[in-house]
Amino acid sequence: MAKLLDKQRYKCALAAMQTVQAIERALPILHSGPGCAQKLSDTNGSSGYFSPNIFPCTSINEKDVVFGGVKKLNSTIENALKVVDADLYVVLTGCIPEIVGDDTAEVVSRFKEAEKPVLYAPTAGFKGNNYIGHEQVVGAIIDQYLKKSDKKQKGLVNIWADVPYQDLFWHGNLREIENLVSELGLTPNTIFGYQRGLENIKKIPEAEYNILVSPWVGLKNVKKMEKKFGIPYLHCKTLPIGATETSKFLREVAAFTGVDSALAESVIKKHEDYYYYLIERYADLFLENRVINKQFTVVADAQYTLAITKFLVNDLGLVPAKQFITDDTPKQYRQAIEEEFKKLNFGLTADVEFETDGFKIHEEIKKHDYHGYPLVLGGYYEKELTEDLKGNFLNISWPVQSKVVFNSYYAGYNGGIRLIEDIYTVAVQRFN
Amino acid sequence: MAINLSNSNIATRENRIGSITGYIGTLKDLATQSSCGTLKGCSRCFSQSSTCLSACGLSQLAAIRDVAIIHHGPAGCSVTGASSYYMSKVMAKKRGVTSDTVFVGTDMNENDTIFGSTATLKSVILEVNKRYSPKAIFVSSSCATGIIGEDIDSIVDEVRDEVGVPIVAVHCEGFKSRIWATGFDIADHAVLQEIVQPPREGVKSNKINFKNFFESARPEIIEIFKKFDLEPVFLYCNSTVEELSHLSESLATTCICGTLGNYLGNALEEKYGVPYVRSINQCGISGYEAWLREIGKVTGRLEAVEKYIAEEREKWLPQIEEVKKELKGLTAVLGMGPGYTFEVSRVLDELGIKVVWALAWHYDKKYENGDVPPSMQYLLDNDIDFEASVADQQNYEVMNILNKYKPDMYLSRHPGSTVWAIKNGTPAIYVADEYMIFGYKHTLEFAKTIVDAIKNRSFEENLAKRTKLPYTDWWYQQNVDEFLEEAK
Repeated sequence: MAKLLDKQRYKCALAAMQTVQAIERALPILHSGPGCAQKLSDTNGSSGYFSPNIFPCTSINEKDVVFGGVKKLNSTIENALKVVDADLYVVLTGCIPEIVGDDTAEVVSRFKEAEKPVLYAPTAGFKGNNYIGHEQVVGAIIDQYLKKSDKKQKGLVNIWADVPYQDLFWHGNLREIENLVSELGLTPNTIFGYQRGLENIKKIPEAEYNILVSPWVGLKNVKKMEKKFGIPYLHCKTLPIGATETSKFLREVAAFTGVDSALAESVIKKHEDYYYYLIERYADLFLENRVINKQFTVVADAQYTLAITKFLVNDLGLVPAKQFITDDTPKQYRQAIEEEFKKLNFGLTADVEFETDGFKIHEEIKKHDYHGYPLVLGGYYEKELTEDLKGNFLNISWPVQSKVVFNSYYAGYNGGIRLIEDIYTVAVQRFN
Repeated sequence: MAINLSNSNIATRENRIGSITGYIGTLKDLATQSSCGTLKGCSRCFSQSSTCLSACGLSQLAAIRDVAIIHHGPAGCSVTGASSYYMSKVMAKKRGVTSDTVFVGTDMNENDTIFGSTATLKSVILEVNKRYSPKAIFVSSSCATGIIGEDIDSIVDEVRDEVGVPIVAVHCEGFKSRIWATGFDIADHAVLQEIVQPPREGVKSNKINFKNFFESARPEIIEIFKKFDLEPVFLYCNSTVEELSHLSESLATTCICGTLGNYLGNALEEKYGVPYVRSINQCGISGYEAWLREIGKVTGRLEAVEKYIAEEREKWLPQIEEVKKELKGLTAVLGMGPGYTFEVSRVLDELGIKVVWALAWHYDKKYENGDVPPSMQYLLDNDIDFEASVADQQNYEVMNILNKYKPDMYLSRHPGSTVWAIKNGTPAIYVADEYMIFGYKHTLEFAKTIVDAIKNRSFEENLAKRTKLPYTDWWYQQNVDEFLEEAK
């Protein structure tokens, strides 16, 4: 049902055009109004080989609303194949064709014999937000493009994480998780970002395992792949940030994939040694400053709220105030996510709320006693609020206005160090 | 034009003033056909995405301080709220004021498309009013709510008494028009309907309404206008509802971009007799002078204006002449909204740069008063002609043109456009700030910026060398009008 979306943190399902865009040489074709792509894009690394303003679009007008837009869709796909050089074309529907009843699937099926694959994902804005849209696109690839493979590649693991572009750090995070998994002697396979693309998509059915690193996004997809391709999956709910979670992640992956635990332990030791070498040198910064207190709040999607809470509690010894999850997590996943907030060191638990109404979130933050200056990691909406509370603010979740990220990341051991750098870069500019 | 403020629906630019988004030919042909009424736009059987009128319209309204925008639709529609939040914070801070403008959505889902959600909309309006006590409320439709027939007008009428502040329905279905500038008119219409009041009796004003985007030149314009005893009221960025309510009392209305301001300007003139300054715009030397003189004429301050022009000319023209030496003979392609394309073309001509092709993202055959746009008239009168096309940011057409003409520079004003030119190896100049070519001073700066952009092409060359363009060879061999179809 409709609701008051105050300080919104997500887009609609059609923003899955960004998921398509994250696949190298894959082109979204929008069956939508003329301005959807522009609205749903951000200036956060989107002027790549394709950019939103060149996505082919049927640019539905009043006439199409009345008479249907299938003819225009047909000519748009046909000419997109001629004009734009892509490896994969993914037709995405907006609200209008799904309300007026255009048979998009039928039109797309006319291109079965095209030289390049043309897929279709229904992503009307009212069908859900962009987290759901992301799953729709991955689902379309599994359903319409991939077939079960008899051939399995030893040690090949598909890795799935959160939503490209919606997650500011998606590119760097994926690469770092790949690096870590490689160190266990496995061969990671991901489909998003630099030099992945269609070749890696083709390899998906040949993998021995799927590893999903997300509290809930993509669970549907790995389950489908288990059924269709017979690929078992490991669900790591927490994006590993810092030593505690990353070491835990490596042990879980090693155990699940049958990697020798001695190898895993040696990888872990190497990283932890370096990590704590750095932490030791900067420990005085954490301990002896006048502007960061122990209590913090994260306002983000399930991925970051969970990951950062675990990191700040288990690695840095901070104490969680109330945490907010803003991605409209489907109800069936909520309890399992809440459980994760109870698995903190020293029996600590974090109070977590699934809340999409930014006004209520702000009221709660204002009410909470942080015993001093709060640390708030959230969307740009929390900037002014945190300043009013004389706290420290870091913009880690959408919308992002106070940070530019090319390829940096918070995942893994290095990612934990990056996050500490970012937090204390804010802190050292102040003195109280 | 007959402005009908009793209806919240306003006709699109296509229907109202015969605007088009598809044409390829020459400037002279375009102008001749529009003045004799034979111009018919074309449609395309292949297009790339452009811009939504709701983003234009509602961003305008969200720039007003302390108001509420309620966008009734799925979450993708109200995503403009995120950027509007940022804009209102930074713009207010820059001006040293505060703004508590809110922009919320209703996150409509599939059930709502079947059963409707006007009851929720009503409660959302009341809750937003309670939370923020806005000074005015704008309730907008979207494609989805428009198609299923959500009656936002009735809801607005129902809550009007209860909210107790101006509240107005804003019809922003994105499919209505391919011309996003229709959104500017929609915003103006909403302001005129509910906020602008008839002039108070006996109030004497030296104010002049100045419609612009982001008021970057506000301080210097205030200083200039002081010389003429005029006080500019900048719209809508950082406007207050109180200020807007008195727009009808001003001496005149002017704007930085005809596309942005002509609906408001004409409506204030028609309804309240506030003269609308019709001239070429402030870009370049002749534009700036013609505009100032028109203001002088309309407000009875011509003498002071002439004095100012004489002084300033002496100071700036020699410097502009000097930099022109470095620009002579350069060629340019430009792609902008029509409120800028034909203005900037004039400035480039003034600077000795040859325009080889100009694209306008749409073209208004006529302005609201029935005249050919002044910028166009000027080019015709001065016998300036070049190839021209009308394309709603169709990047593949731009690339085809850049590839064929290989100009020294590409000038554009819209996000996401410059990168394509530089990947083609063409230096790009982003004319985003609407005051980038304003008056003598900024014309000089603009000229110098071009010199700088042309001088060091390293970035363009570095990137062009290492990237592949996404368009096929087939496309580059086609004529630009390959996908244009005669309008039926």
